[in-house]
Amino acid sequence: MKDLMEFRWHGRGGQGAKTAALLFADAALASGKYIQAFPEYGPERMGAPVAAFNRLSSKPILLHSGVLNPDVVIVLDPTLMDSVDVTEGLPETGIIIVNTAKPASDVRKELNIKPGIKVFTIDASAISKETIGRDIPNTPMLGALIKVTGILDFKEMLADTKKKLEKKFKSKPEVIEGNLKAIERAYNEVKS
Amino acid sequence: MAKANVIARTGNEAMAEAMRQINPDVVAAYPITPATEIVQIFASFVADGLVDTEFVPVESEHSAMSACIGASAAGGRTMTGTSSQGLALMAEMLYIASGLRLPIVLADVNRALSSPINIHCDHSDTMMVKEAGWIQIFSENSQEAYDNMIQAIKIAETAKLPVIVTTDGFIISHGMERIEILDDADVKKFVGVYKPENYLLNLERPITVGALDLQDYYFEHRRQAIEAIRNSKSVVLDVAKDYAAKFGKSYGLFEKYKLDDAECAIVAMGSTAGTAKVTIDTLREKGLKVGLLKPRLFRPFPKEEIADALQGMKAIAVMDRSDSMNGQEGPVCLEVKAALFDKGLNKAVINYIYGLGGREIRLEDIESVCNDLSSCLKGKAVNKINYLGVRD
Repeated sequence: MKDLMEFRWHGRGGQGAKTAALLFADAALASGKYIQAFPEYGPERMGAPVAAFNRLSSKPILLHSGVLNPDVVIVLDPTLMDSVDVTEGLPETGIIIVNTAKPASDVRKELNIKPGIKVFTIDASAISKETIGRDIPNTPMLGALIKVTGILDFKEMLADTKKKLEKKFKSKPEVIEGNLKAIERAYNEVKS
Repeated sequence: MAKANVIARTGNEAMAEAMRQINPDVVAAYPITPATEIVQIFASFVADGLVDTEFVPVESEHSAMSACIGASAAGGRTMTGTSSQGLALMAEMLYIASGLRLPIVLADVNRALSSPINIHCDHSDTMMVKEAGWIQIFSENSQEAYDNMIQAIKIAETAKLPVIVTTDGFIISHGMERIEILDDADVKKFVGVYKPENYLLNLERPITVGALDLQDYYFEHRRQAIEAIRNSKSVVLDVAKDYAAKFGKSYGLFEKYKLDDAECAIVAMGSTAGTAKVTIDTLREKGLKVGLLKPRLFRPFPKEEIADALQGMKAIAVMDRSDSMNGQEGPVCLEVKAALFDKGLNKAVINYIYGLGGREIRLEDIESVCNDLSSCLKGKAVNKINYLGVRD
């Protein structure tokens, strides 16, 4: 794996693409990595397509331009794929992870994805409804992302996330439990 | 595992965090994108009782700076934050703050000025007030924004001059990065207790602030302020030295990156300097001896030191993220040219106006700048003023 990895998150305004990028960066930071997380610098409206980005490296990241050729693309909302080219700039060796109940082969066919690019799918919406009680696919997608890329130690990441959730949701233990369960399930259930 | 004081913060969060640790007496502010978060986060620190600050929500930036002037003249440690049109609306009061020698610290998130209306990064706003008598310190990233804010309070109070610390709008203000923060107690000790020399609330020694000053003394008072900003260069260096000694982080008037053995140089401020470093690494591998000079202190402009640092260069590309609208080069380029002229250095200096209104600046853009430098070294003619990344 190359040292500087770039990620692009696709979602709709309000779905948590930016939050996912921030959470991912924070988890990577806890594992000792240098990180960047930033949203697309455009007007953000509820429901409109948005993107967020990450850079991860073992060395300080000096680059302050946008991410044009992400190594990994994460799609939080499959309905976006009709109007947004989610594979834009993805290199031949890239990875795309989509939140959908469909198998990866269907997504590959629908988007006409080149053979070198790896496609993974996970029904993160169903998982989040079952575990958290609401359709917030961003946390389970984190689990899928870590499984697919192996970029972070999963157990360490889970422990760190637990610590952060406990701080944030002191009075709502069910939220903590649900989120952790969602991440774990997506980690185990993501398929190519 | 990461160290306990390593955290992930956006530029705005980093600046608010520095303000929390400084714990000023007064913050007066009005929200404006992309600087809103700084005072919004700080306001939550006030509400949560994490600071002792008197927070004054005002009805405009003109009022914000007016309230800061009143608070600072009264003897309080005073801070604020703004951007773009907000800084423009403050302009009248900025001159009053510096003329009264009030050590206010302002976090400015660089954003383009209207019109056309735009919320994204360029340096037009702070360049507009470069003659306002405020010390100006530019930051490349969140870490520098944090360190610069803490040093700025000490610089301001020692030089008895107000200080603007900048970050690039959205690119840094809304980008989360890894930063190292100091312990609260260390910051408290570093900034110390503010003891103003003369202040309105000193009932033992009453003073008048803002009196009419006509032909008889205005010039002498301005002359003192002029001398103060000239001398503040050494204050910036002294504070940086102290900061390095205590916390092991070194700052200066500017940063040199692979400059000492270079044949040509890029001069760039703010976040673009980071992208330039990456390009320089790539082109060095291809044999171009290029380096970077990143001004940190823009006001006062350290002309002697910058000319010294650039004297070995055969060609220099100065990148301006604003235009002076003066029929000649951008503001940074003019300063660099004047500095070189005074040293008797007749160099090939190329100016690039870039990134206006947040126009993306990519590695390839800076590579094209390096290619021009390379052409210059080979004696080929290159345009003196270029507009990088614009559609003609």
